[in-house]
Amino acid sequence: MRNQKSRLIFVLVLALFTILVTIGAQNGLVSTSFVKTLGKTLCLCIAALAMDLIWGYAGILSLGHMAFFALGGYMIGMWLMYARTEEIVVASLANAGLPATPEEISQGIASQIFGVVGASDLPMIWGFAHSLPLQLMLVVLLPGLLALAFGWLAFRARVTGVYLSILTQAMTLALALYLFQNDSGLRGNNGLSGLQNLPGVTAGQQEVSLWFFWAAAAALCITYIGLSAIVSGKFGSVIRAIRDDEARVRFLGYSVEAYKLFVFTLTSVIVALAGALYYPQAGIINPAELAPIASIYLAVWVAIGGRGKLYGAVIGAAVVSLLSSWFTGGRAPSIPLGFATIDWVNWWQVLLGLSFVCVTLFAPKGISGIFDWVAGAASPDRKGAPLGRDDGSLQEQEALK
Amino acid sequence: MRTLLICLFALLSVTPLRAQTVAEILSANAGLIEKSSRQTIAPVIDALAASGDPMAAEVLAAWQEKALAIRKGDGAFVLLKTTSDGYEVRDLTGATLGTATKTDVTELKPNAGVRAMIATALVQFTLSDPDISKRQAALDSIAKDPKPEALLPLRAAIKLEKAPTILAQKQRLEQLLTLRFDADPAARVAAITGFGADLGLDLRAALNPLVVTKRLAASSPPDGNIARALQPGRDLSQTEAYDLLVAAGLALPRLTIEAERAALLANLTDGMVGGVALADLASQAARDRAYTALEAEGRVPQAMTDAEAKAAVNDFQFYDVYVEPDAAVTSAASAALTSIGYRVDFMQAADLALDGLSLASIYFLAAIGLAITFGVMGVINMAHGEFITLGAYTGYVVQQWVPNYTASILIALPLAFAVTFAAGVAMERLVIRHLYKRPLETLLATFGISIALQQIFKNIFGTQARPLTSPAWLDGALSFNDVVSISYIRIAIFVLALVFLGFFLWLMKRTRLGLEVRAVTQNPGMAASMGINPDRINMLTFGLGSGIAGIAGVAIGLFAKVTSELGTDYIVQSFMTVVVGGVGNIWGTLAGATMIGGLQKMIEFLNPSNTLAAQTYMILFIILFIQFRPRGIIALRGRAAGD
Repeated sequence: MRNQKSRLIFVLVLALFTILVTIGAQNGLVSTSFVKTLGKTLCLCIAALAMDLIWGYAGILSLGHMAFFALGGYMIGMWLMYARTEEIVVASLANAGLPATPEEISQGIASQIFGVVGASDLPMIWGFAHSLPLQLMLVVLLPGLLALAFGWLAFRARVTGVYLSILTQAMTLALALYLFQNDSGLRGNNGLSGLQNLPGVTAGQQEVSLWFFWAAAAALCITYIGLSAIVSGKFGSVIRAIRDDEARVRFLGYSVEAYKLFVFTLTSVIVALAGALYYPQAGIINPAELAPIASIYLAVWVAIGGRGKLYGAVIGAAVVSLLSSWFTGGRAPSIPLGFATIDWVNWWQVLLGLSFVCVTLFAPKGISGIFDWVAGAASPDRKGAPLGRDDGSLQEQEALK
Repeated sequence: MRTLLICLFALLSVTPLRAQTVAEILSANAGLIEKSSRQTIAPVIDALAASGDPMAAEVLAAWQEKALAIRKGDGAFVLLKTTSDGYEVRDLTGATLGTATKTDVTELKPNAGVRAMIATALVQFTLSDPDISKRQAALDSIAKDPKPEALLPLRAAIKLEKAPTILAQKQRLEQLLTLRFDADPAARVAAITGFGADLGLDLRAALNPLVVTKRLAASSPPDGNIARALQPGRDLSQTEAYDLLVAAGLALPRLTIEAERAALLANLTDGMVGGVALADLASQAARDRAYTALEAEGRVPQAMTDAEAKAAVNDFQFYDVYVEPDAAVTSAASAALTSIGYRVDFMQAADLALDGLSLASIYFLAAIGLAITFGVMGVINMAHGEFITLGAYTGYVVQQWVPNYTASILIALPLAFAVTFAAGVAMERLVIRHLYKRPLETLLATFGISIALQQIFKNIFGTQARPLTSPAWLDGALSFNDVVSISYIRIAIFVLALVFLGFFLWLMKRTRLGLEVRAVTQNPGMAASMGINPDRINMLTFGLGSGIAGIAGVAIGLFAKVTSELGTDYIVQSFMTVVVGGVGNIWGTLAGATMIGGLQKMIEFLNPSNTLAAQTYMILFIILFIQFRPRGIIALRGRAAGD
């Protein structure tokens, strides 16, 4: 029942936030770029929710989910770039005297997009880029199938714990290195750019940024409700059991591998969709987005926010990524120390790294631990008994029933 | 054969003017020399070259540099040396005659052709110069730019050569020139077969021009040395074949889309082109129709359509023809190149194996610290890469203070160990100690340390690469032949890797510390009850693993760029090495490093343009490999395997 309450609170807070930002943006109180930042943050919160499901609830520390995030971005980016370039090419050919042939148009698009890597043909993987529905299907299918294949291989071989983390990290690295090549078919190092321009839309960035903000808020709301439904049912109990003692769950007759594979694939798809919402706001995507470090940051957000609590993940992602952009944006005041000045652009990473160590050591519940502490009076008294084997993760369901 | 040629050359040198002095030859041929031309001057130059006069070389050189002149008073030849107010004059025996002004002498101005002939004649003098370094330089210049003219002087010089090394070089060069330039094909074939499957780059450079082919289209088999007949569609594409026809003037150029568009636009009248409405021109077929109509009216140039082009290609035959006319020579040369090719392949495999071995030793060095902290203790240390960086920066800082590179490296190695040992112990005491048995938390906490350290390095040392210079005795490479070579730095790293392997084995198997480490990792409770202090052992072991990372950092810094991201480049590979090899076993780490290094080099060899792709495929391979051997190449069994 309490879960229902927290769900309601979350939706209300999110709705209030969305309304406030919308009013602010329309009165010019909130700048367009800040609306974009907020919209992007909401997308990161969705990714953090998925990360919380797979790590906080299922106990699988995947260090490769941001790869799916970027893949989703790449898939939607292909359509955005193709459609946008098509508009430009058709417009320029319209003034050329003769009506354009389909060959001329596709040639023009290919050389516009791929001139930068010295190619003039559209690679095979751009075969669906002309159609939004097909490309949207790819947003789900490509990361989903990749996660399915990788997860099947990994879980089948009973790769667990840190080995799985390292393996997922290797997967991300392999993908990033592959995309860095110029002949990968996705413009190598340059990545895809100009994604903020929606084809066929004449409205200014001010309005478009709000649309995306609303879409991100709605997606976050749906993801939160969906995931909280999943984790509060029987399925949620099984995956938490897998986290706490995989062998016992297997002995009880559950197919541990199938559960893990499902969670891995589901979260990958959620993250990919979040990426598809994120990159049109960011405007540019390149292989650096797949760097292993990005996925580790995702884990950092969830850990700081509080694992095993969905709202914890959202809070962690929002707080850390907003703080991060505030500190690295050069707006944080420098601290003069007499002999040296602490310039936050240079020292924010250090602060983040060390605070991360501190959170891991001293506050395994993260920020959401504060909420627990406030609500502590309502929690059942467990007479000092520990929550479980792994006291870094929480079992709120058991604790609160 | 060669003796015969040399005799021929000797005969040529015996001219009627033999055994005369330079002065006599010049005055006898004064007329020829004054009006020298390429057609007539050859006997005079040969006579000078063969005269045996010690001044011959100097006189020829002077003539070539326009410093030979005729004195107006008596018509005698003199040597000039330009001074500030005229010339310093010497006679043809080298004796100084005083000075002269411009009006006293008539300078000889040989044209470029004659000067080139003189230069050729001079080659044999430098080739037999008493100074050995001059002979060497002359040989090198011929080898760098082989010319047919150098052949005869070189043969003459071989007879006079006493120094065995130069003689060998001269003979080799003579053979190389023979196989390219000799007039007698049999001599060339003999020279080619004489080399066998020699691996020298110079031989391949000499043979390759012999098998150069040029591609041409003809209606009947052309004269000349045909390498092979080509079949359009199999050996060359239809487009290439057609382009050959166009290049040979046997067919019309094909209509490009741009040309067609321009022609149609030019003939646009009242919204119609060639009977097709403008609005209908949105397809290639319609445009072709309009163009054909215009062609029929004669308003645009004739151009080939696809079908016509195909028919034209079928009417002709295509050949690869050797530029070299002699078939015996080309077949000998291609046979020689094939057999050289096999040997080169074999040697390349050997070279590849060496490369793989050196990459493996780099990975091993980077991973051996992890083999201790991760493999033996089971602690995931994501900051291991930063410890490697820390070691490299320590080396850099030492080099700022100690300018002697040998000394600085010798100081840097133990210092890097000390610094990273301290860092490792501090990290173990402050963080990792609290997180034993919680590997995921360890991973995250050490990752936090890793990003903090990386940023601190960036703040201190900046983002640009810092040099870590190796001592001069590590420069260069040990090369076995023109294909197989390995740089000394890589040998040093290989040796260092071996030393550490030995050190690790000794430490673990032969020392009290190693025994205690093994006891603590297998069963800390039991070890503690035997009087071992697990805290102390864990601290020391972790420090040791970190310290070795620091030493690896110095070694890696010698050939890689030292930046704050140095460690990140190795961390994933290092973990892979340990995991693939099998956790907890140093031989496994060695096997893992060998496999990863060797495979990566092999993939790079198969796809040489793209080292990024090689890493991608490598990682994919590892992911698949773990499917089949989840516990690594060498899996521990029994009690040592722990849980």
